[in-house]
Amino acid sequence: MSARVLVGVKRVIDYAVKIRVKPDNTGVVTDGVKHSMNPFCEIAVEEAVKLKEKKLIKEVVAVSCGPQQAQETIRTALAMGADRGIHVEVSGKDYDNLGPLQVSKILAALAKKEETSLIILGKQAIDDDCNQTGQMTAALLDWPQGTFASEVVLEGDKVKVIREIDGGLETVRLKMPAVITADLRLNTPRYATLPNIMKAKKKKIDVVKPGELGVDLTSHLEVLRVDEPPQRQAGMKVETVEELISRLKEAGRM
Amino acid sequence: LKHLFPAVCGAVRRGSRRLSHVAQLPEVHRMLRQTCRDFAERELAPVASQLDKEHTYPGRQVRELGKLGIMAVEVPESLGGAGLDYLAYGLAVEEISRGCASTGVIVSVNNSLYLGPLLKFGSEEQKKQWIPPFTTGEKVGCFALSEPGNGSDAGAASTTAQLDGDEWVLNGTKAWITNSWDASATIIFATTDKAVKHQGISAFLVPMPHPGLSLGKKEDKLGIRASSTANIILEDCRVPKENLLGGLGMGFKIAMQTLDSGRIGIASQALGIGQAALDCAADYAHKRTAFGAPIAKLQAIQFKLADMAVALESARLLTWKAALLRDAKQPFTKEAAMAKLAASEAATFISHQAIQVLGGMGYVTDMPAERHYRDARITEIYEGTSEIQRLVIGTQVLKEYQG
Repeated sequence: MSARVLVGVKRVIDYAVKIRVKPDNTGVVTDGVKHSMNPFCEIAVEEAVKLKEKKLIKEVVAVSCGPQQAQETIRTALAMGADRGIHVEVSGKDYDNLGPLQVSKILAALAKKEETSLIILGKQAIDDDCNQTGQMTAALLDWPQGTFASEVVLEGDKVKVIREIDGGLETVRLKMPAVITADLRLNTPRYATLPNIMKAKKKKIDVVKPGELGVDLTSHLEVLRVDEPPQRQAGMKVETVEELISRLKEAGRM
Repeated sequence: LKHLFPAVCGAVRRGSRRLSHVAQLPEVHRMLRQTCRDFAERELAPVASQLDKEHTYPGRQVRELGKLGIMAVEVPESLGGAGLDYLAYGLAVEEISRGCASTGVIVSVNNSLYLGPLLKFGSEEQKKQWIPPFTTGEKVGCFALSEPGNGSDAGAASTTAQLDGDEWVLNGTKAWITNSWDASATIIFATTDKAVKHQGISAFLVPMPHPGLSLGKKEDKLGIRASSTANIILEDCRVPKENLLGGLGMGFKIAMQTLDSGRIGIASQALGIGQAALDCAADYAHKRTAFGAPIAKLQAIQFKLADMAVALESARLLTWKAALLRDAKQPFTKEAAMAKLAASEAATFISHQAIQVLGGMGYVTDMPAERHYRDARITEIYEGTSEIQRLVIGTQVLKEYQG
């Protein structure tokens, strides 16, 4: 199969870092803070590389939208086994306003340009928790989507996706080209081995501007204010179940 | 900071960035460090306490590290290695040791003390035979220099090797050999010509197991308990004459040069232990409350953490400098000794103070502080005691001022 898979990888603040809100409440502190690949994007890359290792697809292309540092994230994807990368250069104000709608437009344009059969994304990013990019990308392309994937099986020109939903698992069969978003249990991402890190140095990263793809980055959302979550209040102990119920009713929780 | 590294500016310019390696590591090194850190956090730290309690060799983890390329960082790709430099190796050992100090020394001994001399002094044939199987983590090697009668006095090797036809016959006992119970090969230093003292020592490659080679009991150590340490006993142990490593009488030189590089590995191990202890103490300081507030608010604690951090970071810079000098093919003996001395003393200081910060909790096995304390201690002893390091540094310094 001469299929090409596009994998989106997002550079986010590392999951282990303690987030701090900027003193002017316009956002969170990112300067000098450790960043890494969004964990769900790692899972997406791993799935794509596994498909390639099974010889079910031919090429894995890692894409990231952002400033120069986004190339580090692409390089990590290359070290995991992606074949080449595309860095869509977005910086400054444009980057601050970059959200799922803009990224979806970019991915849709790239998918058409690169003759893609499958787009695999993480289900959401751990910084904004939007959980929208995969869905919007599919809609813009008018492609079927299999989100929250915990299993992906290629079947000829179709792909079977087992989705994690509230009630359990749902199986859908999509006709490719399609969009899949990875959930936690899809796989365990591999470590970038030292030989692969070395190989990744030689792999190509193309730089492209959103304008070249005909994408307008205008955002219709404005962030008004960012605040810390309220400090956790102490709980209270109750003696009986009856007391628990009456307290919950008092607090309007029942 | 560039002016601090005149000798390595060449290496830096040849590297991918204009910035000094100190301000920001090159991308490959950053990626490698992250991989090792992730591996240590997920695969080593959670089991380190158990490995220590049960004295278990981390075989599965060593094989995984082999797949990552960490068991043979400097070995060229043609021989199955990762083909990277000593700065990368130092970073890897530090991050691995931060998860588990025993695993760190297993990695270090295989890289620096076994593969190192083979790369530097082995013939093409020897390299092809003795290197590739030891790059994957399936097999590890060890280095047998010390004896019950001489550690620091390496020139007084009483193990002998006599040529009998086409074979060398080895007799004697080696002591304190790290990896001995888990190794598949060893480099043994033996006297071939007693008359010329340390110029009469030669190095030999011996497979393990092998007739005439037996192992003493596993030492019951204070720390790094997941790595095996034992005597290697040679009784008419015969190896083909092709197993001579380097030239006849070159053994002492091979040992000394090997230890120079090995010191960067042990310094890195000490850095990892120190970092783990510092992490433990700083995290605890935020959480433990006393006198109505987290103890992090107390200057006594802040000053301790400051001293610990300074000791660690200075030792780290010395270690990186030694690695960078070695990578630039500049002399690095003094710097490697300084790195090992500083890092090992930093590790013992930091782990000592970490227990102090944790108070009673530092003294029990529920917290890793006591294990870091026990693991750190050996770094001031093996691959050259702190006293030997001071000798090396002192003589080097004086040489610079010789009239």
